[in-house]
Amino acid sequence: MRNLLLAGVAAAALSTSAMLAPAFAQDIKQGGSMTVTYKDDVSTLDPAIGYDWQNWSMIKSLFDGLMDYVPGTTELRPEIAESYEISDDGTVFTFKLRDGVKFHNGRDLTAEDVKYSIERTVNPKTQSPGAGFFGSIKGFEEASSGDADGLSGITVVDDHTIKFELSRPDATFLHVLALNFAHVVPKEEVEKHGADFGKHPVGSGAFRLAEWTLGQRLVFERFEDYWNPGVPKLDQIIFEVGQEPVVALLRLQNGEVDVPGDGIPPAKFIEVKNDPKFKDLIIQGGQLHTGYVTMNVKMEPFDKPEVRKAVNMAINKDRILRIINGRAVAANQPLPPSMPGYAKDYEGYAYDPEAAKALLAEAGLADGFETELYVMNTDPQPRIAQAIQQDLKAIGINASIKSLAQANVIAAGGEEDQAPMIWSGGMAWIADFPDPSNFYGPILGCDGAVPGGWNWAWYCNEDLDAMAKDADAMVDPEKAGEREAMWRDIYLKVMEDAPWAPIFNEERFTIRSERIGGDDKLFVDPVHIPVHYDEVFAKDVQ
Amino acid sequence: MLAYVARRLIQTALILLGISFVTFVLLYLVPADPARQIAGRSATAATVENIREQLGLNLPFYEQYLRYLGGLLNGDLGRSYLQKTEVSELIASRLPASLLLMVGAIFCELVLGLTMGVVAALKRGSRTDDTLMIASFVGVSAPQFVIGILLLYVFAVKLGWFPIGGYGTFAHLILPSITLGFLGAGWYSRMMRSSLIDVLRQDYIRTARATGLTRARVLFGHALPNAILPIIAMIGIDIGLFMSGIVVVESVFGWPGIGQLAWQAIQRVDIPIIMGVTLVSACAIVLGNLLADLITPLIDPRIKLR
Repeated sequence: MRNLLLAGVAAAALSTSAMLAPAFAQDIKQGGSMTVTYKDDVSTLDPAIGYDWQNWSMIKSLFDGLMDYVPGTTELRPEIAESYEISDDGTVFTFKLRDGVKFHNGRDLTAEDVKYSIERTVNPKTQSPGAGFFGSIKGFEEASSGDADGLSGITVVDDHTIKFELSRPDATFLHVLALNFAHVVPKEEVEKHGADFGKHPVGSGAFRLAEWTLGQRLVFERFEDYWNPGVPKLDQIIFEVGQEPVVALLRLQNGEVDVPGDGIPPAKFIEVKNDPKFKDLIIQGGQLHTGYVTMNVKMEPFDKPEVRKAVNMAINKDRILRIINGRAVAANQPLPPSMPGYAKDYEGYAYDPEAAKALLAEAGLADGFETELYVMNTDPQPRIAQAIQQDLKAIGINASIKSLAQANVIAAGGEEDQAPMIWSGGMAWIADFPDPSNFYGPILGCDGAVPGGWNWAWYCNEDLDAMAKDADAMVDPEKAGEREAMWRDIYLKVMEDAPWAPIFNEERFTIRSERIGGDDKLFVDPVHIPVHYDEVFAKDVQ
Repeated sequence: MLAYVARRLIQTALILLGISFVTFVLLYLVPADPARQIAGRSATAATVENIREQLGLNLPFYEQYLRYLGGLLNGDLGRSYLQKTEVSELIASRLPASLLLMVGAIFCELVLGLTMGVVAALKRGSRTDDTLMIASFVGVSAPQFVIGILLLYVFAVKLGWFPIGGYGTFAHLILPSITLGFLGAGWYSRMMRSSLIDVLRQDYIRTARATGLTRARVLFGHALPNAILPIIAMIGIDIGLFMSGIVVVESVFGWPGIGQLAWQAIQRVDIPIIMGVTLVSACAIVLGNLLADLITPLIDPRIKLR
């Protein structure tokens, strides 16, 4: 298989599925400003380090990587790469870079910079939370342990060509290159600012950082020399931090704010949604998120599959959806509906307390048992846990609720014998990239079932692990459908063992001012949260 | 006097050392693992271990504490785990806003508290007195976030007289200052009232009136300067009260001070910031108390420092 994908061809092919009709996109005039508010400080804008939903899309606007997604979708497309080629065995990826890509400091971006940036992420001194994503590149072990300076699998062929050699075929590798952790940084600026690079970010993205007043505001300005003409649409984005979400809504009403970045506070949701002033400003979309209850298969009595299935049948998900004011859809499997591989026709374990009781009796627990349900202590999580507690009580399971700070629940989940049940709300799991494999390894695979891991059910099925490995070795795009089917199968097999009780998939509700325009998809972009900063435009300059 | 100041400064240093130790122990015992937090959910065990080593979190407790103290002596408060910035830089960038808010709050509590106290004392036993004392009672007991949100809702949202939170202009300063100063105003009005009632009973006041001075001249020339003394001495101690108050008030009003910084850090268990803000606040409280003690003899020569 040789797969030569020219960006021009790709763009033409994708434009049919892209959310903006091309004629319309060209008509949009650049200019104008947008004000976004956040409650919390922006932590860092270093692409190798930033890993929260708030800085994720900000970094995407300041930096570029080899790969990206078509705005508003989960479809991959080359970004600063012009084309790429994958070897037949799926272990060599060669990228051609575009001409004329410049850093904000004026220097041309070259293949050497791409190599430097990824090696910097993997280098243990950087302390990047994303280093592990590059595990399939040759030389990763040596580089990540600090024994080698660079990755032997990355070769700069010339200024505009870079080659990646992998130690195993990796179907997710293009997604990995679209992560912020693979975005390109200029070496001279990183060395100049050292550990403070995250406060003085210089990239090649559509915006450049013009001002950062700690604790108050950041200003992004349009990068005039951006390689992609017509992008970004806005001249300026002002981020105001330290703003309570309730206050941000009031200011939106006053016309002082365009996008309250933290969204609509849960307690105000119904009021805002029914308010005629706000109703038309809210855009709803899916999220690559699943909320679930983990059952620790290494702790009694959850080592019995009947008990785990009984819990699945005991929980009334519709009632939980009412508790969160319908901000989600009920889930019956690990994958969210917008993820490739989701099994549409799967029915899951329907709500049936009587059948659940029968299953418990079958497991020899007709009289029920005592257990603990761990939950993060911010609203609405404890209320959801209470609903689950009541449902479990109805079939004889007495679960006491352990409501703790997020870090403490995560710590308990990472211990083999601490938390029999955890409600994942507020902590897990939102996908890093839109590929089904991202819902398996760390949270359901054997690799995650280690001390300090995220597989809180401590579920480890070696057969499924082998299947997952096979699926991820299917790099050939022709076989994408087959791979998807394999993953679908894996998750359905997981549900047969029922280490989780999937509860719901959160929906996103973005609210924006009348002034800011763009296709609805841009405001619920699966990768850019809360909105796609590069693509939305100001109506008052049109 | 100098010997006294020197002794107090040494005491201050010891108190700060004690506070740093207690805070460090408490944060050490928090069951959240900073290395895992930095490493993120996709990290391997080896990465987490590596970060733990780089931060010195694998060292025994006393060694970690000594390293922190060593940094402190060099003015190094460490780097934030999550913001990846020098804690001293974060605090320095936010301190001016907090100090400004405190100045505003001291002004508000003095103006509100003293006025209420004087009026109540002069109208002692009347309905005005009762009303003012109930108001002061509310000021002392109502939680600051309630007062803050109430003021914000009435004066900023409904009436539109002030901006809805934020920082920058004089108008932004008013509501947070009142909120923060209201508690102190409650205390001061009660102290002022009893102090002034006490002074007005004194013989020299009667004598002053007898010499034919007007009521106003007696009040402002003789009674107030004497009645106000115990209150001035309290302002230094207020700084300690404010330190706990700014965490709430700054969060409600989106005021970019160190209280907001602390609140964010606590939610995300960013230990170096929590340590740093605690130490800076402790410093402010201890120095505020010292200041109060030093001012007292200046305004009341009967008090001597030993």
